[in-house]
Amino acid sequence: MMIGGIDIVVLIATLMVASTPILLAATGELVAEKSGVLNLGVEGMMIMGAICGFIAAVHTDSPALGFLAAAAGGIAMSLIFALLTQLLLSNQVATGLALTLFGLGLSSLVGQGYNGVKPPPSPDVNLGPLEQIPVIGDILFRHDWMVYVSLGLVAATWAVLRYTRAGLILRAVGENHDAAHALGYRVRLVRTLALAYGGACAGLGGAYISLVRVPQWSDGMTAGSGWIALAIVVFASWRPWRVLLGAYIFGGVTVLQLRLQAAGIAIPVQLLSMAPYLVTILVLVIMSARRGRAAMGAPASLGRIFHASS
Amino acid sequence: MLRLEKRPMPSRFWTAVTPVLAVILTMVAGGILFALLGKPPVEAIRVIFWDPLFGANNFYTLPQMLVKAGPLILIAIGLSLGFRAGIWNIGAEGQYIMGAICGAAVALAFYPAEHWYIFPLMVIAGALGGWIWAMIPAVLKIKFGTNEILVSLMLVYVAENILSWVSFGPLRNPQGYGFPGSRNLQQYPSAHNADLIPNTGLHWGVVAAFLAVIGAYVLLNRHILGYQIRVAGQAPRAARFAGVSPSRLFAFCLGTSGALAGLAGLFEVAGPSGQLSPDFNVGYGFTAIIVAFLGRLHPVGILLAGFLMALTYIGGELAQLSLNLPSAAIQAFQGMLLFFLLAFDLLSNYRVRWKEHAAKEIAK
Repeated sequence: MMIGGIDIVVLIATLMVASTPILLAATGELVAEKSGVLNLGVEGMMIMGAICGFIAAVHTDSPALGFLAAAAGGIAMSLIFALLTQLLLSNQVATGLALTLFGLGLSSLVGQGYNGVKPPPSPDVNLGPLEQIPVIGDILFRHDWMVYVSLGLVAATWAVLRYTRAGLILRAVGENHDAAHALGYRVRLVRTLALAYGGACAGLGGAYISLVRVPQWSDGMTAGSGWIALAIVVFASWRPWRVLLGAYIFGGVTVLQLRLQAAGIAIPVQLLSMAPYLVTILVLVIMSARRGRAAMGAPASLGRIFHASS
Repeated sequence: MLRLEKRPMPSRFWTAVTPVLAVILTMVAGGILFALLGKPPVEAIRVIFWDPLFGANNFYTLPQMLVKAGPLILIAIGLSLGFRAGIWNIGAEGQYIMGAICGAAVALAFYPAEHWYIFPLMVIAGALGGWIWAMIPAVLKIKFGTNEILVSLMLVYVAENILSWVSFGPLRNPQGYGFPGSRNLQQYPSAHNADLIPNTGLHWGVVAAFLAVIGAYVLLNRHILGYQIRVAGQAPRAARFAGVSPSRLFAFCLGTSGALAGLAGLFEVAGPSGQLSPDFNVGYGFTAIIVAFLGRLHPVGILLAGFLMALTYIGGELAQLSLNLPSAAIQAFQGMLLFFLLAFDLLSNYRVRWKEHAAKEIAK
């Protein structure tokens, strides 16, 4: 299927790969925000995940261990954030910015000497007969396993938040931390765990860029994906399935933009490259114009500092 | 058991002492980090924090400090107004770029004519460019309630793409042998933002930074608008009851910070940098956020913090040469500095007490 010199099947298949990093990061951030913490350090956690995963994969020659290390790196970063915002009651906006700067700097220090190194390849999962289905097989069933992990995480996040007691407690903490505290829930513990989950997901997302999508290491290679993940959470009104939709739309715009460039459309490259960011702004405006903050589904305690006076 | 008690007012003593503590701890933690990475820790700290001031090359590095501190202070002063009111403009980098593009475009439009009014026009264009770029998130926030953090940040990436486009396209130097980048404004006397006293680094941007410090100090302490900014930040509800219009505050804080960031960009492109090129911006807009916090959002504090941050920039460059550190390493330092500072804020905002002791006091 070709439209305007662009193969639609290939476009959708690459879209899924291109969206996976932001999908992972946004799913994690959704959980953190549902617990009432705004972590603007997603970009920093992603880039640390990217380099930790890269180094581990190169030395062990195993992408799986690489992704594990990436998750660990992301968690370590998120725990710095948790220590500062939950225990030391610092401003979440400023702490998140610091985390991003720190992550960008530390990753380039740690990653010095890894430029140009090739990571072990992550092969596509063999799904046997499913791969042979025309069109759908090409689109859905010929990806590496992280694509399926990311989809599984979205489903799991949705199910846990909606149907389990743990999910209910997490949402209660995010909606009204004082009431949750009065009921005996440990607000800081719940939030720290939510942040750690966010860190792990962001780390996986970063490693997906350095191990699968690019795949190599260069300084600052996440190039704003973390910030787009943050925008997607707002776009999705804090709902997991809409995060999936949002991530695929943004991934789609990015891929389409690259394809248009390759197809030789007579528009300056830079004007196409800014499209995903402009679309993000446009979507944010539409989302916020339609409904107020309360109706958008933002957790009521989002970004507020919790300090138990007794 | 330790317990925290919120202070009614932030402690003045701790507010003044914490930045110093944070700097010392950053040096210690940075030293440990360098040691772990196999770089000599003491030497690294000396190269970054000592050599720019007292090293053998300080005839070069001291003027460079003014050159770097100028834009940082100018941007941070604007940001601090918004941060005080709870308005988060984190897209100063984009406003800086747009100011530079607009200012340089004016200069290039006049090239090669020589007139006294070209430079003032460039200054106006630079401020206007930054202002417009910052008014986009302001207007969207006022009209639709769109989150200004995300919009201002997305606009940074848009601005970077515009910068790349103009330096490859409309503003490219026609005599540049096809290389990207504009004409060099340092070779165009009417547009050149030269050192006012040769070889001191003191150009108009530094003067503007000092003026901004004074202006912000007067605004915050002597003007009703400054008072409204402070009230809106400390007690948003009380501010609304007192008749402070949030929309006006948004437009003012974002607009001012954008204009100042645009000015910083213009002074940079017309002076130390000289030309627009795809990598002309070096992240001053982001570092200025740290400068604003390190200076406790206070004009005089920002002045000092700007110089400290300029020091780490120069030190980072020296370390890049002599110790082979990557250029982004300095960001790790800056991030840590902000971590320690925010952590120590606990001491200014809360009193740390022993639980038993506090219980006894209540019992009395």
